[in-house]
Amino acid sequence: MKIKLNIWKQENPKAKGRFEKFELDGVAEEMSFLEMLDSLNEKLIKEGQIPVAFEHDCREGICGSCGLYINGRPHGPGDEIGTCQLHMRAFKDGDSITIEPWRAKGFPVIKDLIVDRNAFDKIMSAGGFVSVDTGQAADGNAILISKIAADKAFDAAACIGCGACVAACKNSSATLFVAAKVSQLALLPQGKVEAKRRALNMIAKMDELGFGSCTNTGACEAECPKGISIDYIAMLNREYLCASFSEAE
Amino acid sequence: MSKFFTSSIGQKFFMSITGLFLMLFLLVHLTINSLLLFGDGEIFNMAANFMSSNPIMKVIEPVLAIGFILHIFYASYITLKNMMARPFKYKVANKTDASWASKNMYILGGVIFIFLVIHLANFFWKIKFGTIASISYDGGETELHDVYSLVSGVFKIWWWYDVIYIVGAIFLFLHLTHGFWSAFQTIGWDNDKWIYRLKIISYIYAIIVAGGFAFIPLFFLIKYAI
Ligand code: HEM
Ligand code: SF4
Ligand code: FES
Repeated sequence: MKIKLNIWKQENPKAKGRFEKFELDGVAEEMSFLEMLDSLNEKLIKEGQIPVAFEHDCREGICGSCGLYINGRPHGPGDEIGTCQLHMRAFKDGDSITIEPWRAKGFPVIKDLIVDRNAFDKIMSAGGFVSVDTGQAADGNAILISKIAADKAFDAAACIGCGACVAACKNSSATLFVAAKVSQLALLPQGKVEAKRRALNMIAKMDELGFGSCTNTGACEAECPKGISIDYIAMLNREYLCASFSEAE
Repeated sequence: MSKFFTSSIGQKFFMSITGLFLMLFLLVHLTINSLLLFGDGEIFNMAANFMSSNPIMKVIEPVLAIGFILHIFYASYITLKNMMARPFKYKVANKTDASWASKNMYILGGVIFIFLVIHLANFFWKIKFGTIASISYDGGETELHDVYSLVSGVFKIWWWYDVIYIVGAIFLFLHLTHGFWSAFQTIGWDNDKWIYRLKIISYIYAIIVAGGFAFIPLFFLIKYAI
């Protein structure tokens, strides 16, 4: 099939940027969206033009790097998938597809469709970890964890840090991401020790980096490739409020 | 704790608490107003005068005003800050599945605010600072403000006021369908089971409150038009 593409091009973080139109023939429906972009780039290189820069790595939905805003939706049409798991069968011959980078103050554009998601790493280093002593590895079975807590923590741990929640949110809020990380660790005994400080510091970092605040629209949950539920946001709110009222920091 | 007041969750906490308080107030307000529907004004006038002369109301009134002011202040601040979190907008409008009301709370609230100003000018101002006719039900022993005639007068003489009140109720309905459950989510009372229950209760609450407030002008319109 033949498709029309309208893609954001921006040379560097400071450049102005604009949309550029491309036409691509011979797109097979079993191609993934990224393979379609690969074939566009091959064509552009052959023609002596500059290829479109887009981020990708695992191509199997686990690394979270393939964030593209396609026709008004992060990761395009379809639920609980990354762009790498989106196939061209979701489109039909003659379709026009507009591709934009994530738009958020916290995610500045580096080049074309690639944004800098370093902000998420900064939020993680503000508290998204568990401190462990060195020495002998502890017996894994010595710490009791209820099945419910284990399951909930596991679901939260599925977050791949892709940023689709920020991209979908009208407030560019990273609350779902922070909620997944805070809940995952707060649910487990190993993470409980630092739970209060973690909630306070990660939210403070999120605010500092220019992300908006949550107004419970649920857009994040609808676009999250890992189906992280906004229940975790309620859990984060609980953690944060309790920490604020009790922690003497 | 010092960071609480400036943090994203802390600010939402105040929105939630003031919102919950305002929703409680609406229930009390509607209960009193529903007396307009019964009899020819005596019960309503008794209730309205009891409320305005009650010493407890001297305390509640400023608290209510503060509730509104805080809610509107934080709403404006949060909305502005959230808009600034996306300095460069998308070309294609977002197609993510999320309720319209949840994405337009400030617009809905803004219309409610305009309504509030009209509403206060109509009744509250007149009762509090203006001149209002008196009425007595016990042969002149106690004089009551005839609030009933003021309210029914407004609703039967000027049909556009009825329209304003009904439109106000529609916007309030939309604000509450999202606001009700959102307030609980904000203070952390939510999980996979309760989210569905709270969303259903939101609609029940919004229908009762907005429906009730819209019914009163309709009632007068029908009663006096026929
Ligand atoms: C009787 C009047 C009102 C009631 C009962 C009410 C109730 C509520 C409730 C319960 C919430 C949810 C809070 C949360 O998500 O934690 C809310 C949110 C909101 N309200 Fe109101 N409200 C009223 C008037 C207003 C007015 C006059 C404005 C603005 C001028 C306004 C603007 C907003 C905004 C922008 C939100 C969303 C804030 C957010 O989610 O971050 N509201 N309201
Ligand atoms: S919560 Fe979901 S959408 Fe947000 S970063 Fe994690 S995986 Fe991506
Ligand atoms: S490329 Fe790794 S998640 Fe899509």
